[in-house]
Amino acid sequence: MIPELGNLALILALLLAITQAVLPIWGAQTGNATLMRVARPAAQGQFAFLLLAYACLLHAFVINDFTVVNVARNSFSQLPVVYRVTATWGSHEGSMLMWVLMLAFWTLAVSLFSRRLPEDMVARVIGVMGVISVGFILFLLATSNPFLRIHPAPLDGNDMNPLLQDWGMIIHPPMLYMGYVGFAVAFAFAIAALISGRLDAAWARWSRPWTTVAWAFLTLGIVLGSWWAYRELGWGGWWFWDPTENASFMPWIAGTALIHSLAVTEKRGTFKAWTVLLALSAFSLSLLGTFLVRSGVLSSVHAFATDPSRGAFILGFLVVVIGASLALYAWRAPRMISGGDFTWFSRESLLLANNVVLLAALGSVLLGTLYPLFMDALGLGKISVGPPYFNAVFVPLIAPALFLMGVGPLARWKDASLPDAVTRLKWALAIAVATGLLLPFTLDGFNPWASLGFFLAMWIALSVLVAFRDRLKHAQGPWLERLRRLPRGFWGMQLAHFGLAWGVAGITLVSNYETERDVRMEPGSFTELAGYRFTFVGSEEYEGPNFVAARATIEVTQDGRRAFTLRPEKRIYNASGMPMTEASLHPNFFRDIYVALGEPLDDSHTAWAVRVYHKPFINWLWIGAALLVLGGFLAASDRRYRIAVKPETVPAAAGLKAQGA
Amino acid sequence: MKRWLPLLVFLILAGFLAKGLFLNPREVPSPLIGKAAPAFSLPVVGNAEAAFTPESMRGQVWLLNVWAPWCVACRQEHAFLMQLARSGAPPIVGLNWKDKSREADALLARTGNPYRAVPDDLDGRVGIDYGVTGTPETYLIDRDGIVRLKHVGPIDESAWNKKFEPKLKEIGT
Repeated sequence: MIPELGNLALILALLLAITQAVLPIWGAQTGNATLMRVARPAAQGQFAFLLLAYACLLHAFVINDFTVVNVARNSFSQLPVVYRVTATWGSHEGSMLMWVLMLAFWTLAVSLFSRRLPEDMVARVIGVMGVISVGFILFLLATSNPFLRIHPAPLDGNDMNPLLQDWGMIIHPPMLYMGYVGFAVAFAFAIAALISGRLDAAWARWSRPWTTVAWAFLTLGIVLGSWWAYRELGWGGWWFWDPTENASFMPWIAGTALIHSLAVTEKRGTFKAWTVLLALSAFSLSLLGTFLVRSGVLSSVHAFATDPSRGAFILGFLVVVIGASLALYAWRAPRMISGGDFTWFSRESLLLANNVVLLAALGSVLLGTLYPLFMDALGLGKISVGPPYFNAVFVPLIAPALFLMGVGPLARWKDASLPDAVTRLKWALAIAVATGLLLPFTLDGFNPWASLGFFLAMWIALSVLVAFRDRLKHAQGPWLERLRRLPRGFWGMQLAHFGLAWGVAGITLVSNYETERDVRMEPGSFTELAGYRFTFVGSEEYEGPNFVAARATIEVTQDGRRAFTLRPEKRIYNASGMPMTEASLHPNFFRDIYVALGEPLDDSHTAWAVRVYHKPFINWLWIGAALLVLGGFLAASDRRYRIAVKPETVPAAAGLKAQGA
Repeated sequence: MKRWLPLLVFLILAGFLAKGLFLNPREVPSPLIGKAAPAFSLPVVGNAEAAFTPESMRGQVWLLNVWAPWCVACRQEHAFLMQLARSGAPPIVGLNWKDKSREADALLARTGNPYRAVPDDLDGRVGIDYGVTGTPETYLIDRDGIVRLKHVGPIDESAWNKKFEPKLKEIGT
């Protein structure tokens, strides 16, 4: 009964979504306040029904209801309860249900935190989000219904993909989806502004906190995915330029560009067309990512079930939504008049340059991701594009953006003075250049890539310090008080920039100085790496809840003293028979020691292929990313987004606030 | 004109994506097509005395289906293979690939056996000769022992009708 209830809730949610998509927009166009007022209750009701549907699916998973196809395919009676819960979003159907639930959640948030917005704007924004919701609920019901039954029911399920049985995977998909779907808010705001023709500073101000929060979630989701891949795939890598990763990285780049462009539009009233286009692009790329992952047009290490009818449905929806929004953009573009002049050296021009560089980098990722598809579609052969392309193209493209990050936040709006910027940043530049040139010599000799990375990391980090010094110099009161009085927007930006610098330092160190060793080991044998000696003590078999595993014990000593013990595992999952590598890590602030168990090399399972890695400073990558996320949330919580502003009184070019964050 | 550019770029992209839906990125053209199927001799599951060689299939058109008891997609494919075996289509030989658990025999006894023979490729050597990238994969081999077709992934009704049927007509069975 409960799965049927879930199905019914899904259908009712669809009806509410249709209401939400049609009536409020109609009301906004005709000036009918009654119709406009339908927006909020419809959105809230839709969320309630989707939550009910999701709860029904969760129930089916938790009680092991194998009469539901989705449960039978993706769960297993021996699966621990926590993974039965996460299995709800481990499957295609369940993850799409989560997608619409997240969308409804964002719409709910808009309906609750929009009291200060004009009624027609709210009606249009919620209406546009309703249109997207209709498409995805229809997609669920037509091609991916999570509540379908199977007769006769199998005795047991096929088990969740063992790769997903890890706690990094428990939170990675929800965070990623929060980000993906969150860009729908900025998208809806842009569409609403295009329809109404009111592309003013108020519109940019409303969009900013939503965009920043979505971006922070997306960052968190991507990093969790990367962290999961690092620990779980057993290859010791943290980014593979896999199509699925790129699918989440592309909206992230567009979102990053959008955040910065929105700042200019709000403060100066310029770049309007550009900002609108970025808002449309960020969400369109999220949709494209959903399509790429769900349709199977690209081959990827992530083996999702693929079905051409699903791909065709999403593509059709993609064409309608993105096509219509870009057509609307083209139609309205002449009305977007940008105010506010600026000179070639100003914060505007630096942000514009940064945006152009980011978009070029985005283009290179898009091209590399879709190139195999282009070649295949044109009958030019089967090729694959791997990390060598992306590293060779993406790194040089993103480097100028990182350099500009150091200058941009210090430059004045409208017209900055180059000699002034040079005066303020000359020491930062000198120290960064010296670090870049000299640091590699203390490590491993001259290395241009390491030099570039160190220079950029140091440059950004020092520019953050300079920015704080400039802001605090003229403030009054004790130092702590001065720091406390800085707006959260400023703190958020600087924290995120500093986090990026930290992450760049970590990436530079780990990619240039990691070492690894592939060895055959049996009890008593040892290998040495980075000053550590790894002694293979032995291996034993043990039974987990839904797998059997071989677990090796490796003693690690440093300078003859016992340092720590690592226990890598090789698991075979009972239901699927899939083998899995559970790497064992010993992390600290300066390095990870990472050991993965390969294949057994003899029949008695006493000798094993073992991979040992030394990953210097890899944790700086996670620390930097955490600061990036924290910075995003901090900036979005700035007080100025919460104080009431009458939209009419905000001038298109708020030139008075030229010194803001 | 410039303002229509984003739409234009997107529509071209969508065209490619639509085309992409009908292509299979996992399918890499096999260098074996048109060449002789690599020879091997392997023990047969359930009868350690007997050995299977492709040579023994000379004069027949047959399918070499690479599978394993641990492969979930193979279980999906199993029902269709059973249907094929009953319909009198070409005989199917099931190469049992890297089956460390030794479950193939019991599994086939339980769920039904669509195979003429089940050679046991325990260490995966034969799989390497054939360029097996994953399970299931199926090779269509003609009377002269020439590989005519390779299919990656489970065979279903539509794959059979679209790929195998025309090839079988061409060979003339």
